[in-house]
Parts: sequence; C-alpha cells; structure tokens
Amino acid sequence: MKPNALSSSQSSLTAPVMDAAAIDRALRRIAHEIIERNPELGSVILAGIPSRGVAVARRLADIIESLGKTRVATGAIDVSMHRDDVGTRAELPRVQASTLPLPLEGKTVIIVDDVFFTGRTVRAAMDAISSFGRPARIQLAALIDRGHRELPIRGDYVGKNLPTAPDEKVRLRLQDVDAEPDAVWLIKEKTA
Amino acid sequence: MTEPGKAEMRWQRKDLLGIRELSAEEIVFLLDTADAFKEVGTREIKKVPALRGKTLVNFFVEPSTRTRTSFELAAIRLSADVINISASSSSLIKGETLKDTAKILEAYHADLIVLRHSSSGAPQFLAERLASSIINAGDGAHEHPTQALLDLYTIRSRKGAIAGLHAVIIGDILFSRVARSNIFGLLKLGARVTLVGPSTLVPREFEKLGVTVTHKIDDVLETADVVNLLRIQHERQRKEYFPGIGEYVRLFGLTKERGKRLKPDCLIMHPGPINRGVEIDSDLADGAQSVILEQVTNGLAVRMAVLYLCGGIAT
Repeated sequence: MKPNALSSSQSSLTAPVMDAAAIDRALRRIAHEIIERNPELGSVILAGIPSRGVAVARRLADIIESLGKTRVATGAIDVSMHRDDVGTRAELPRVQASTLPLPLEGKTVIIVDDVFFTGRTVRAAMDAISSFGRPARIQLAALIDRGHRELPIRGDYVGKNLPTAPDEKVRLRLQDVDAEPDAVWLIKEKTA
Repeated sequence: MTEPGKAEMRWQRKDLLGIRELSAEEIVFLLDTADAFKEVGTREIKKVPALRGKTLVNFFVEPSTRTRTSFELAAIRLSADVINISASSSSLIKGETLKDTAKILEAYHADLIVLRHSSSGAPQFLAERLASSIINAGDGAHEHPTQALLDLYTIRSRKGAIAGLHAVIIGDILFSRVARSNIFGLLKLGARVTLVGPSTLVPREFEKLGVTVTHKIDDVLETADVVNLLRIQHERQRKEYFPGIGEYVRLFGLTKERGKRLKPDCLIMHPGPINRGVEIDSDLADGAQSVILEQVTNGLAVRMAVLYLCGGIAT
C-alpha cells in the first residue's frame, strides 16, 4: 500500500525527482485549488493519513491560512483497522488514534495522502471516515500520484503526476516527520 | 508517534502467553495500540472491520464472566465471529484431553483461541501445537497478561508515565497470576514494586524478581503512587495459608483510616470482583481515587489491541 522505507544510503545514489522547492510549489497549487473549489472553507476538514499525510494536511492548512483565508480544520485518519489485507502480513506497524473534528455532518472531508498508488489506502480511509459520521462529501488530495490504481478511485487534487513502473518505489522525506530535508526519489526495486 | 528518523518497531507475535517474555518496547507498543482502539469506542460506529472473516473461540475451562465478556465484546467490535466454550459445556469434563480438544478447535479453523485454564502452561501447550493465535486469559497461578496490560494502561493514562512510580500490590500474591503479570510489566517499564500480605501468601522468595516484600501495610501507604488490591480468593485458599477474614482486614485491609494516609493522587485499583469490606473499604472502592471502573473500560481497548495484533499476523 505504502512505499516502503529504504535506507538513506540507497537514496543518495540518485538525484531526487522533487526537491523542497518543487514540493512547496505542488502544495501551493493544491491549496489554491482547494480554495477555488470550496468557497465555504469553514466546512472543510483536511484529514491526513499517518504519518506523512498528516504533515501534508497541516502544511496545506498553513498555506491556505497564509493566503489570508481561514484556518482550515485538520485531523488524522488511521486506516490500519480498515485495510483489506488482514492476516497477510508478517509484521504490523503501529496503529494511531484517528482524530477528526466532529460532527462530520454537512462537512467536506478531504483525505490527504502523501503518495496515491493502488487506491486501497484511500478506500480504507473512506470506510474509517464513515464510522465517525456522514460528511456531505469526501474528496482526495495527494502530493504525488504514481498511478497503478487497483480500485475505481481518482484524486481531486494532485500535486504531481509521477509515472512509475510497478517495481519502482517512491521515497518521500519530509522535514517535520523524518528530520531530513524535503525530497522525493524514485527508486528501482532491487531484484535479488 | 515515533521521533523523527527513529526506526519504527513492528509487531511480530501471533500469541500472547505472558508478560514475562515481552520486551518493554513490545509492552509500550501494545499500550499505544490500545490508545488507538480506545478512540474507536468514541466513534458513532464502534466497530471496525479489522478481523472480518476471522473466527475466535473463547475457551474458558475455568469460570469467568468479566474476562470472557470483555474478550467477546472486543472480538465483536473487531468484526470477528465468536464462539464461547465454557467448562460446563466442554468435553473436557467428559474426559477429553486438552490436546484432543485443541485438535477439534483446529479442525474448525479457529484463527484465535482465548484460553482460560486452571493449569499453568496450558496456553503455551496449545501455542506449540496449533497454527491459531493463542491468547492467555489466565492460566493457573502463572500469568494473566491482558489484566496486567489493562492495569499498566490505566496507570499510564492517569499518571502519564510508569517509570519512577511506586506501585504496591496487596493481598494473595502466591496464588495470583494477576500479581505475577503485573510485577513483570511494572518492573519492565521502570516502576518500583512492593508486595504486601501475610508471609504465607507473600513469601520473601518474590524478592528474587526484583521487588520489595513487606508484611506491614502501614509501611507503604504514604509513598505509594498506585495500590493494586487483589481479591482474596476464597475458592483457592486453604486454611493454613489464611489468617481469617477479621484478622486479614485488621492487618492488610485498605480501611477508611488507612485510605486517609494515601497520597491524594494515589490510584486505587482492583481487578475485581471486589470483596467489599475485606481487601478494600466499600467507600474507597467507589471514591475519587478509585479507577476500578476505568480498568474495565480500558480492558476492552487493550483486548482489542491484543486481538488485532496477534490475530492480524500472517500465520
């Protein structure tokens, strides 16, 4: 579902496909599109998928506020309990509590993910959101869309379309999550 | 959330047999996961599809209502299908061996088996023979890991941290799997532990585990951050171990007068069921320092976390 973390030594072999400035430009474009399509920003909730999606949601809220608009509500939506691959993994990552400003009725919840891939994470996020209530609409924002959808889901706001091969990995680092400078790499999976 | 750049731990166990074999990191991982599941209890829909299609067998060879109910509700909230087998309905009393019963459970393709058994080591026995996840819901006088986890969870949520606290466990330690699991968990997370009770039920032998043993409750009242009162298990007691109810109350009961000597923020805990007026004064059990009902609520979140993690691993 998510690109696997690789060691930093591997990533240093190639030049990043997006640097900090490119990431910032992509986020600003998304922020402008969110403002355009949602005149009622007060009813918008940016729900990030942990952990980098939460950071991206927070940055989008910062940018929207810096453009003289209202502070958009943010939250986190953990999808671990709603995945469709239970019992197929040898180890499980930490589940985080979901925090959404309630109630969701009448609101526009924008799911915020870092890398949009198969669509299964987003499906799980929609399922999780519906257990908190019934928002007026759910939209999707992603910093990167790498393609290879396995479900009929599309993004509403995409920072960058990044064509990838199925065996490639997208490695994203964000300063506020990873304590490394913002950057995106495309990495060939080693075939052992 | 983990510190930036720090490698994330991942859960890798299919069974939960005891606290003794867990690392401090694994215990904290379980408690953090329980935090996430406690949040599920606040949702409009308090049920998640995490264990959809999985079958859980609650196999209670020894009677229990609260632990079984807690596991059952936890499993239902995770969307698992649940079957309850109790001692009275089990073929064990017709002479079937545990091993044969285990094979029957396996033939049903039970994904998770929650076992309560009067023999120490019974869960281990099953875990070594079955592909199913085995969760120990109390085995003899050995361990009761989910009780210790919910106690640790309750302490952590009230006190912020466990390291550096002085935790006092009072009562029948010798026969208590709750005490044993709590001792392992508290020590691993850095608490100081004192055991209190009559010398017959709290032998000095326990000091080998790294705890302090005392036979005078008055020694510990002023310094305790947590007092965990264990039920006097009448059904397990033989006369030679036990001084008699009146004498026990006088020497070891948390009476109203003793309650006044506790720190104002000292937590009063009890795994239940309570013998009011024996190990604890009735008003103290219902008082502001008591977290006894919180323990029950937290037990549900902790058991959801355990079932999710052990039952969600590929086997």
